[in-house]
Amino acid sequence: MSISKAYLSEIIEKAEQAKEKKATLGPDIDLSRYKQHIVRGKLESLEGLSKQEREASILAGIDIKEETRAGSYMQVDHSVVYERLNKVYEGKLEIMSTNEALQRYDWLEDYYWKSVRVDQDKYTAQAELNMTHGYFIRVFPNQKLDYPVQACLLIAENYVSQNVHNLIIVEEGAELQVITGCTLSKSDAEGIHIGISEFYVKKGGKLSFTMVHNWSDNFHVRPRTGVVIEEDGMFINNYVLLKPVKSIQAFPVAYIRGENASAKFNTVVYGLKDSYIDLGSRIVFEVQNTRGESTARVIAGDESIIYSRGDLIAKTKEHCIAHLDCRGILFSNKGRIYAIPQLISDGASKAELSHEASIGPIAEEQVEYLMSRGVSREDAVSLITSGFLNLDIPYLPEFIDRNIKEVIKATAKESM
Amino acid sequence: MNEMLRLEDLWLSLGGKEVLKGINFSMKYGEVNILFGPNGAGKTSLIMALMGFPKYKVDKGKIYFKGQDITEKDIHERARLGLGISFQRPPTVRGVTLRRFTELINNGKGKEEIMDIAERLHLKDHLDRGLNESFSGGEMKRSELFQLMIQRPDLVLIDEPESGVDLENIALVGDAINSLLGKDKVKDPKRGAVIITHTGYILDYVNADKGYIIFDGMLLCAGNPRDILAEIKRHGYRRCAICQ
Repeated sequence: MSISKAYLSEIIEKAEQAKEKKATLGPDIDLSRYKQHIVRGKLESLEGLSKQEREASILAGIDIKEETRAGSYMQVDHSVVYERLNKVYEGKLEIMSTNEALQRYDWLEDYYWKSVRVDQDKYTAQAELNMTHGYFIRVFPNQKLDYPVQACLLIAENYVSQNVHNLIIVEEGAELQVITGCTLSKSDAEGIHIGISEFYVKKGGKLSFTMVHNWSDNFHVRPRTGVVIEEDGMFINNYVLLKPVKSIQAFPVAYIRGENASAKFNTVVYGLKDSYIDLGSRIVFEVQNTRGESTARVIAGDESIIYSRGDLIAKTKEHCIAHLDCRGILFSNKGRIYAIPQLISDGASKAELSHEASIGPIAEEQVEYLMSRGVSREDAVSLITSGFLNLDIPYLPEFIDRNIKEVIKATAKESM
Repeated sequence: MNEMLRLEDLWLSLGGKEVLKGINFSMKYGEVNILFGPNGAGKTSLIMALMGFPKYKVDKGKIYFKGQDITEKDIHERARLGLGISFQRPPTVRGVTLRRFTELINNGKGKEEIMDIAERLHLKDHLDRGLNESFSGGEMKRSELFQLMIQRPDLVLIDEPESGVDLENIALVGDAINSLLGKDKVKDPKRGAVIITHTGYILDYVNADKGYIIFDGMLLCAGNPRDILAEIKRHGYRRCAICQ
């Protein structure tokens, strides 16, 4: 049974009212430019993707052979082209398009647009009014998967606005790793990706969510993410952007609503060309004995502009502890980095919130130190750069890690 | 050709200030030379200039290593020719782990051999930390020597190996230096060292050939290192002012 018409009407009405509402942050995008609607047929396997699409997916962390994946979800432009659950995991989780899930489960009313406001801005409104799928992943109680689920949101055509709404529910005591690759198969594609993500981590659940973005010079990206974490729950968010993008603005929010729960954000960004990058994370501590950590490593090369934001907001009267660590390196005289950490203790007299932020060049002293062991200057800079961006992201599979290191190595050389 | 290192009339400045004034120095393959001198005399500047750090500007003179003029060579070129340095205060390089770095500069050594050396220097638990990240003084010294044992230079420049090291660990540092000199098995006649020391403790562990005092940017008092140390202990560096 689908979610109620009354609820749908309510959110559509709110969306209609926010259609022209500009976002607080980031350049305003004229959405009327992106009207193309592209429908694609289903695939038998990910091998059925075109060569370009396969390569783009791999760059965004997707395992085409699915050997080390519990399941896969693939969307190209506006169509879900592939959904598959590894047989071993049948009965442990479900994967489908969000549209399908909304048709199937009336209880999704308790989750859909509950952690992100539909009338937040014109992008959330667009995602509701012109929704083009997105993935729904739900892990059943106490199920722990050996392998991650992968989801790929690929754009293959020009002037597309891909408006996805993703929902992940990790039921009580369950554990899930998700690797999401958002990518383009045309390096000069112009368009926008709007991604609403609502994640719910139930009591004792664990969700490790890794997102690799692989965009290009003419592409805009507006993700909107809300996460709710219950008692003893754990949420880890890893975000990696190592390719140029026209503009991206995102400020995911994690609401910690259960005791002994925690949230951790790791952000790795390498700004190239004239990318406009405005990224952050916000953790809201609503109950006692909760923990949070937000770490960002950003490098601005070429003429890129990077805003690296982080908010820790304590609202509990009891103890909570959180730390924000934001560091940046400016590789170019034309680049710009803004590090904007913010700590808010709202009547939370027992909250321990701290931050450190720094922006500086690669220290010549460090480069020379490595060179004194026989390493060339170029390799020393590459090593320090990749070390700076290496956050030892938990659960990040080795192949993605290797891929990231290769990209860093290549781009570090370009920037020297 | 028995000469490993030769400095000819070396004049050096640091931040516009003259720090070495016409140093002439020569050492043979296999020799261990000790540099003494008061703070600010120019000892560290000398070995940093030998390694090629651009901050230490050679205003005049030449540096020859293994018969080659290396005065204009880059740091990493000198390292590849066989020069190595143990810093007194090495910088912290976050994100570049000791394991990753030593595997990179492995000089033909496998992971197991690297682990063995790390174990010998009590550094196994430090391998996954960033270079010098939260290392104590002693750990830094051992890490420096560990990296050098992997790199395996022919001439090693060591700046105050005993500073910040407790007495218990000085023997370990001494063993590592002897290993670098190829003296833990059969003496390697090719490997040499220039060691800076203030306290002279390291002389109890390393068999040094010659000692020198650097005073006010000049090289003075060549001789037996133990005799020089005894003289410094008795009179300090007061008599150097007379010598010069």
